[in-house]
Amino acid sequence: MNDASAALPSHPEAARDAAYALEGHGLVKIFGAFRAVDGIDIAVPTGSIYGILGPNGAGKTTLLRTLLGIVDPDEGHRRLLGEDQPLRMARMVGYLPEERGLYPSMKAFEAIAFMGALRGLPLKIGRVRAREMLEAHGMGASAEKPIRQLSKGMAQTVQLFGTIIHEPRLIVLDEPFSGLDAINQEKLEALIREQARRGVTVLFSTHVIAHAERLCERIAIVAGGRIRFEGTVSAARDRLRPQVSLRTRASDGAWRRALPADTLAQDGTWHFALPEEGIEPLLRELIEGQAGIESLSIERPGLHDAFVAIAGAAAAQGMRSEAAGEDEA
Amino acid sequence: MKELLRAARVIARRDCTAVVLSRTFILFLIGPLLPIIIGMVFAGFTEKISSTDLRPVVGIAMTPSDTGRMTAAHERLSARMGPQALVRLRAVPSTPGPRELLARPDSNVVAILSGSVMQPVLTGKTDDLDKLQGDLSLIASAAAMDKALHLIKVERQEVTTSLGAQAQARLLIGRVAQIVMFFLTILLAGMILSNLVEEKTNKIIEILAAAVPIDAIFLGKLMAMLAMSFVGIAFWGGTAFTIFLALKGTTAGLPSPAVGWPMFLILAVVYFAMAYTLLGSLFLGIGAQAATVREVQTLNMPVTMGQMMIFFFASYAVDHMGDPVEMAAAIFPFSSPFTMIARAAQEPAIWPHLVAIVWQGLFVALIIRVGVLLFRRHVMQSGGQWWKRLFRAATG
Repeated sequence: MNDASAALPSHPEAARDAAYALEGHGLVKIFGAFRAVDGIDIAVPTGSIYGILGPNGAGKTTLLRTLLGIVDPDEGHRRLLGEDQPLRMARMVGYLPEERGLYPSMKAFEAIAFMGALRGLPLKIGRVRAREMLEAHGMGASAEKPIRQLSKGMAQTVQLFGTIIHEPRLIVLDEPFSGLDAINQEKLEALIREQARRGVTVLFSTHVIAHAERLCERIAIVAGGRIRFEGTVSAARDRLRPQVSLRTRASDGAWRRALPADTLAQDGTWHFALPEEGIEPLLRELIEGQAGIESLSIERPGLHDAFVAIAGAAAAQGMRSEAAGEDEA
Repeated sequence: MKELLRAARVIARRDCTAVVLSRTFILFLIGPLLPIIIGMVFAGFTEKISSTDLRPVVGIAMTPSDTGRMTAAHERLSARMGPQALVRLRAVPSTPGPRELLARPDSNVVAILSGSVMQPVLTGKTDDLDKLQGDLSLIASAAAMDKALHLIKVERQEVTTSLGAQAQARLLIGRVAQIVMFFLTILLAGMILSNLVEEKTNKIIEILAAAVPIDAIFLGKLMAMLAMSFVGIAFWGGTAFTIFLALKGTTAGLPSPAVGWPMFLILAVVYFAMAYTLLGSLFLGIGAQAATVREVQTLNMPVTMGQMMIFFFASYAVDHMGDPVEMAAAIFPFSSPFTMIARAAQEPAIWPHLVAIVWQGLFVALIIRVGVLLFRRHVMQSGGQWWKRLFRAATG
């Protein structure tokens, strides 16, 4: 791989030193009367794994396409690796689009090398690297096969290799986990972590919250073409107070007045958000009021809960039904 | 610009390899030769049929002496008029009479000539007599003269040059070059219409558009198709030249175009490339707007009609060298290559060709740019007022 690395384009100072690999300010993209991206400000720190979450139709793909220069914004401006014209930095970017696309008659290793060549990697080196990558991932036997003879998952892997073969500084993956089985999802997560360890900035969109929760340092939650939240996963969770589940022997008493107003009763269990003053005052009331505590648990909300709260119940509903559809599939 | 050309080369290499190394390319190469091969096979077959000689056979029922004179006269006339010009003669017995002989199923003659050379009698059906009477009169007349036909000798007067003939020959070269270029263009440029459909249906366009300027995609596709065309032209041209040499044996007798053969051939290649890229860039731009193969098929007819009109325009201009109509055809970018190749056959000046090539090149770039911007606007749904971006850098 050493000689291959030597053939890579040199990275301008701007690309190396920029605090943000990708920036967008006041981005607006309108299709007809539909504002797919509606005034988005975003900054992806260099070297981070950054997730864009949102239900289908939220504007994630359009946002990525706008940031990468595939489409121009109607308003606002963007910077990619310190450059105002994104295509000028194309050699340092790897992009896996949501709708996968490969030439069906191309051999697997040729397809990978071709994608590298598009980004400036000499074909000869690309072919060597492609074979190495396929070999390393147990797909050596498929290197000479045309894409049309590969399974969907294998073709997707080929495209992913094509995205990173030229060793980009920024990798943008649009819904990379969709269509992959659990094993391949695991492999992809490992690959993303590996790239991040090497200092590569990884930006991906997903509607499966678990991936973002496991991988991302920062996330942006997009809904209706706008960013509803931007920050760390932990900060997103902190938007929601921990949830308390309480089970008591007594069903009523003076202690009931100490429970928050929005408490829900379900199957003999009380559910409510942890009060701002903490659990101790409530515990005192419960003990003094002889509620008879059978069980009490305090759970920190997950990113999914945060997403529901932030993006709205309707968006979450759409996402759940999609996720259910994928699970069934 | 360097990056644009690099990216275009990557795409051109992929496209060209995908086409040239496919099995269907063999059919593509053989396709245009099929009519010639079939024609040659049929010509050979026809020749074989004609060589089996279907000329009517007339029986000669005369004395051996007269039969000999008739046969000798027949040979003399055939030598001058060609073997197919006259009926065939065959000696038949004098007895029984001609009527009886013709009535026999094994007679194998259409009619019978009896009597003598000086007083021949032709027996046969009315239709056959109408057809054969003249021929046999001529043979009998020649036989009656006993010796060779008297010929009037035409005196020869030779000149070294004939400008009228040269002009005619050059006009012919110009016309042939136009027709060949037109057929090659109509044969090959139409394929470009559907060139981006594969990328769009397979969603590859997204990967390409994210990696390289769309100008590079368009340029790369044109380069690939042009390279593929040259492979085809080399194959067809080589085959045609081989056949020509096999039939004629030499190229020495060919008239020379005004700029000379070497320059003419170079210009022919350049003008074909310009005609191809001019029409190709237009077709690529039009085809790129189509979402499906069906839409491309629908576009085929109007596009072909457009090509025909351009050809007719250029073809009309050939006969009007130097007239405003010829100037217009030379200036109008799409007809310019066809008009200029005809001009190269008839006029020796080189500089108009240099101007024309630059002019055509500018239009290629302009058409590609407009096609790209329309593609970005309508297919990629990007970019607002496209005309404002017309002269911006491709990556900008």
